[in-house]
Amino acid sequence: MNTVTTHRSWKKQPFIKSPLLRWGLVVGGAFYLALVFGTMDVNWGRVADGIPRGQRFLSSFFPPDFTSRATDIFDGILESMWITIISTVVGILLSIPVGLGAARNLSPRPVYLFSRAVLAVSRTFPEIIIALFAVKLFGFGPFAGFIALSVGTIGFYGKLLAEDIEDMDTSQAEAVKATGASWFQWLNYAVQPQVMPRMIGLGMYRLDINFRESAVVGIVGGGGIGATLLTSFDRYEFDSAAAILLVIIFIVMGVEYSSSYIRKWVQ
Amino acid sequence: MPVTETAGTRLWKRRDRKAQLTVWAIQLGCLMVFSYCWSLVSEKTIWEFVYDAPTQAGDMASRMVPPAWDYMDKLWLAVWDTINIATLGTLMAVVLAFPIAFLAARNTTPSKVFIRPIALFIIVSSRSINSLLWALMLVTIIGPGVLAGVLAIGFRSIGFCAKLLYEAIEEIDVSQVEAVTATGATGPQILHYGIVPQILPAFAGISVFRWDINIRESTVLGLVGAGGIGLQLSASINNVAWTQVSLILLVVLGTVIVSEWVSAKVRHAII
Amino acid sequence: MLRLVDLVKQYKTGDKALKHVNLEVPNGQVMALIGPSGAGKSTLIRCVNRLVEPTSGKIYLGDKELTSLSQGALRKARRRMGMIFQEYALVERLTVMENVLSGRLGYVPFWRSYFRKFPQSDIDEAFRLLARVGLDHMVDKRADELSGGQRQRVGICRALIQNPELLLVDEPTASLDPKTSRQIMRLICELCKERGLAAIINIHDVLLAQMFAERIVGLQLGEIVYDGPPDGLSPDVLTQIYGEEDWEATIAKVEDEDDEDEEAAVP
Repeated sequence: MNTVTTHRSWKKQPFIKSPLLRWGLVVGGAFYLALVFGTMDVNWGRVADGIPRGQRFLSSFFPPDFTSRATDIFDGILESMWITIISTVVGILLSIPVGLGAARNLSPRPVYLFSRAVLAVSRTFPEIIIALFAVKLFGFGPFAGFIALSVGTIGFYGKLLAEDIEDMDTSQAEAVKATGASWFQWLNYAVQPQVMPRMIGLGMYRLDINFRESAVVGIVGGGGIGATLLTSFDRYEFDSAAAILLVIIFIVMGVEYSSSYIRKWVQ
Repeated sequence: MPVTETAGTRLWKRRDRKAQLTVWAIQLGCLMVFSYCWSLVSEKTIWEFVYDAPTQAGDMASRMVPPAWDYMDKLWLAVWDTINIATLGTLMAVVLAFPIAFLAARNTTPSKVFIRPIALFIIVSSRSINSLLWALMLVTIIGPGVLAGVLAIGFRSIGFCAKLLYEAIEEIDVSQVEAVTATGATGPQILHYGIVPQILPAFAGISVFRWDINIRESTVLGLVGAGGIGLQLSASINNVAWTQVSLILLVVLGTVIVSEWVSAKVRHAII
Repeated sequence: MLRLVDLVKQYKTGDKALKHVNLEVPNGQVMALIGPSGAGKSTLIRCVNRLVEPTSGKIYLGDKELTSLSQGALRKARRRMGMIFQEYALVERLTVMENVLSGRLGYVPFWRSYFRKFPQSDIDEAFRLLARVGLDHMVDKRADELSGGQRQRVGICRALIQNPELLLVDEPTASLDPKTSRQIMRLICELCKERGLAAIINIHDVLLAQMFAERIVGLQLGEIVYDGPPDGLSPDVLTQIYGEEDWEATIAKVEDEDDEDEEAAVP
């Protein structure tokens, strides 16, 4: 029983086949990290100072202080909710013409390019930057927040609407056109039934996003709960801040669950 | 029934009476909620400012051109910081999200009663708080700077990545896991050979997707002092240096578009 | 009735789908258009109601010239041509009744169609047509709940409620089983006779074409290569249209051997 076995070694094939590229990526990554940590300007003394403050902040969650700023918190939350609702409604209404314009199968070339440009710009800038300018133009308060979130909604909803229209079944659209329907009738009978269910779902989703965002536009003066939160941080009232954060988490969860419930119900 | 018969002719309506009334009630309700919210907001609005806004906007726009190109010298560092905040934050988030996702997924969690709820709580609270709010907290605690920004992006992204990842874990093909288990593999071996290969593409996709979002978010963290280009933006606005502001906006636009392009390329390469 | 003069369609890709087609369809004639895929059958039918814009040539419907019509006049002209589609092309999320009534879109103003307040005469006609095709018990079903044969019947009703003078039928049986195909073809031909309609039926099934049409036109690479009665289709002619193949088995030896009880068996 002395068979000779030849040993063939086996190793797992590396994910990236070319060794040059593989090692290049490793070295490049390491170099990048070294560079980042080299140039990153961190005041470690200040960070160390923060540790006891962090502990104090964490301990303020047990229990948070809902009472001493109760009216501020309540008003702030309500204001956030109004902003959320009207900006979602107005944003969606405005995004319908833009979305129709941005659908390649619907619009002539110049309208298409213009609408796409509007969508691209309103999508690239974070809501908070838009809010910053809205505050400059319209003054402090919920109106600025409303403008910022509406613009954000147009970018989000218009793009998805346009994509949905571009994906629609062309034969159904053709059939309605062949009956001699006018353009608006065609929209109402051929396009709307096809895109509606998904659009309602996305509207709910956007409502959810807008509430989250409405909590931060207050930081730059756009009204809502963000302003209340900023004040309590500025005054180092950590237990009120903790209470506000908990309220935000709670409502966001609530909105998210109910919106996913409605979305399931619509499908 | 939408079809009714009266005196021999069959009538057809889109909805029957009850459905039609329900639709009207819902429409009326929505209208009322909307107008109530609108009235509350308009109470707090100084309408003179709003009427004046178009002139103001025109004025602002005219003072924005031409952008102060020479200010770009000072912006490179800010752009570099912004990208680093997004990248390091994403890195931190995916490293932490990976184990949390396994603890949260119904089919891989060690304990459904104790550990899964904790993991889910971490995910939910991380997701519910906007990165700007995280930054606000962290700046108060550890002071302004890039580190606060990295941590803020990281904390916000943990929940996002972990949620998508644990959903991917729950949707894996069970038969592959069974096959590995049948060989007599231990728990970690099952994880390594049966589960991880299945979710790796999703994991990479999620990371790149989040990185793209994070670039956009890290441009504003500076507004609360957490580093990046937002710092310059708020400084320039406060100094009413509108030509600098327009340059910064262009830079933000460019950065976001480039990051979108990169992430689309990378995702395309992975999938 | 319908006269095509020197019709040319060249797509942007440079493909010539129709090369100088001349064709005349008299009143009340049911004509089948056969030919291999890519011969231009679909393009020809879509040029007639200008779902596809012809490159050059003239189309006369009665004494109206169609290629030069403005959008509004085109919609009026489209009302006179009913179209039946290959994959039924019903709007899937609308009910059967709404789909049938969409055939009246060219006649009613926008607000009436938007609120679904069609004139009672249209609704009477819709019920009559649905009863004629055996679907009057399914008025409120959504179109995506129907079977293929049922959907095509709704499609026929939608075309007929336009009160057309001409039917454009694009591969009506392509997604149906053989038995349903015959039933649908018979239904279309019967209805054409009842109402004295002319029809152009695109069909790739030679046997069905011979069985039901009075006249057959063979199209090959955008040119008419055969125009004559159904029994003139010899193997030579088929070879000319489709290319070399054993055609003996394809040619109908007996006329329609099914009897009328099939009609009653339809659900």
